[in-house]
Amino acid sequence: MADRLWRPVACYGDMVRLWIRAELSYPASFAMLVVGSMMINALDFVAIAIMFSSIDTLGGFGLREIALLYGATGVGIGVADTAIGSVERIGEFVRTGRLDQMLTKPVPLLVQVCSDRFTLRRLGRITQASVVLVWALPIVDWTPTRVLVAVVMLLSSSALFFGLFVLFSCVQFWTTDASEFANAFTYGGNTLTQYPLTVFPREVALALTFVLPIAFVNWYPCLYLLGRSDPNGLPDWLQFCSPLAAAAVITVALLVWRTGVRRYTSTGS
Amino acid sequence: MPLIDVAGLERTFVVRRRAGFMRRSKSVVRAVQDLTFSIEAGEMVGYIGPNGAGKSTTIKMLTGILVPTSGELRVAGLEPSRQRTDLARRIGVVFGQRTTLWWDLPLRDSFELLQKIYRVPDQRFRENLDRFVELLDLGDQLDTPVRQLSLGQRMRGDITAALLHDPEILYLDEPTIGLDVVSKGRLREFLRALNAERGTTLLLTTHDLQDIEALCDRVIVIDHGTSVYDGTLAGLHAQGGSTRTLVVDLVDTGPPIDVPGAEVRKVEGPRQWLSFPADASAAPLVAAVASAYDVADLSIQEPDIEDVIRELYSHGA
Repeated sequence: MADRLWRPVACYGDMVRLWIRAELSYPASFAMLVVGSMMINALDFVAIAIMFSSIDTLGGFGLREIALLYGATGVGIGVADTAIGSVERIGEFVRTGRLDQMLTKPVPLLVQVCSDRFTLRRLGRITQASVVLVWALPIVDWTPTRVLVAVVMLLSSSALFFGLFVLFSCVQFWTTDASEFANAFTYGGNTLTQYPLTVFPREVALALTFVLPIAFVNWYPCLYLLGRSDPNGLPDWLQFCSPLAAAAVITVALLVWRTGVRRYTSTGS
Repeated sequence: MPLIDVAGLERTFVVRRRAGFMRRSKSVVRAVQDLTFSIEAGEMVGYIGPNGAGKSTTIKMLTGILVPTSGELRVAGLEPSRQRTDLARRIGVVFGQRTTLWWDLPLRDSFELLQKIYRVPDQRFRENLDRFVELLDLGDQLDTPVRQLSLGQRMRGDITAALLHDPEILYLDEPTIGLDVVSKGRLREFLRALNAERGTTLLLTTHDLQDIEALCDRVIVIDHGTSVYDGTLAGLHAQGGSTRTLVVDLVDTGPPIDVPGAEVRKVEGPRQWLSFPADASAAPLVAAVASAYDVADLSIQEPDIEDVIRELYSHGA
């Protein structure tokens, strides 16, 4: 049993290491891609900062508080995207028959799909989000519990985005080309959670809590870090529920994935 | 118990066609139906049939890629689609038109990755790699990225990749497609040696009937998703009513040759083509012709198996 769990992880590690080695064999192009990715991402938060030159608060939150939300969701999607970003290419794998090849290998399909063409290039996003997050840290009145909640938040946020990537990529088993559909939920979810949920109608906040629980990526744990109650009046214990939300999303994602693989009909020869 | 055991196998696909604006009609296509055969360990079997006959669908079910709609299917005692990863360790698959190798990586890296995936012990991996690299003459290409390899080199790389973990069964889907004559010959020689030395069971789909003639003692012909012939290559010739041809070069132009057991198909100056049943011996015929006519030269043409199979399809359909 331990082997069944450990083996895929070890295999993922082996494959990732090989791709990194291949990527680093062209150091100049690697460095340029990382710098480019960081610059694109850097401008992203600058836009929000500029907005704050004409307003003091947005939905009742200051710039540093928003930076906290921004950093938390950014690190989450950055880690998920770096670790398993290739899952978005599942439609391409189906079309090119690469998926057939992967199905004849003794490693779980998800591990192969997620690690294929792993690239450190995506580290640019994590770096930028981390910088914003670190800048926001002084706004929190730190206690040991808050440190713990912050760490758990980042782990859950990565896990939740991991689940969303897998879940919505599965659509491509049926449509073979709908990566934009997945992006609407993953990157779209990331964009939504860069702002305090108070700027949206209450219905949207409820939907992002109970239907597609993206609000758990940063909103609820950040409310705890900031010592606030939910402006929408939802109970405070939700602020500790991020790991549960992540577990729920991952469970659903893995079930849908399994169904997708079993229903997979391959392409012609 | 046979290594591969297939009984009453069926696979259907739902095909949606456009039937006007925003409307689709559904129809069910039976790619494979009522397919039954079994293969013993160590056999080399050719699996042939026209395009769309169900060859690839069968291979995909045997490897666990596709789930059968109904029927029994056992490979090495396992149920492929349910025990796919266990089975994967024991089989090798080569799809001729696609590569299993990683496009951007040198061959050597691809092989190393496969070693990890299949958990091949270091020593065994080195032995296998050395042996295949030597046999398939890949030594100079090991550090070349796969995208820069020629088709023949890539195919040899793919075959090496499929064999590093010592599979009991090797599936080859069109392994010689696009290769030149020399590469084809070398590949066939290699596969024969593999079967002889390691007892690897081979299942081969191909359009190149010389592959079959060079490698397979047994042929399964599939059409419309079901097996229409299963037996020896010689038997296939007999069943298809195939003929051999005796080409006779006479010293002078003459009337059509008249000998028992053969009939003249074509006359072109001093050269005449006589056809006779594939299972009959050529010796008495040659003797009869040589005793009655002034012969400059003689040669025998083996039947074209493509014609034989075409014949078989038209009977079946």
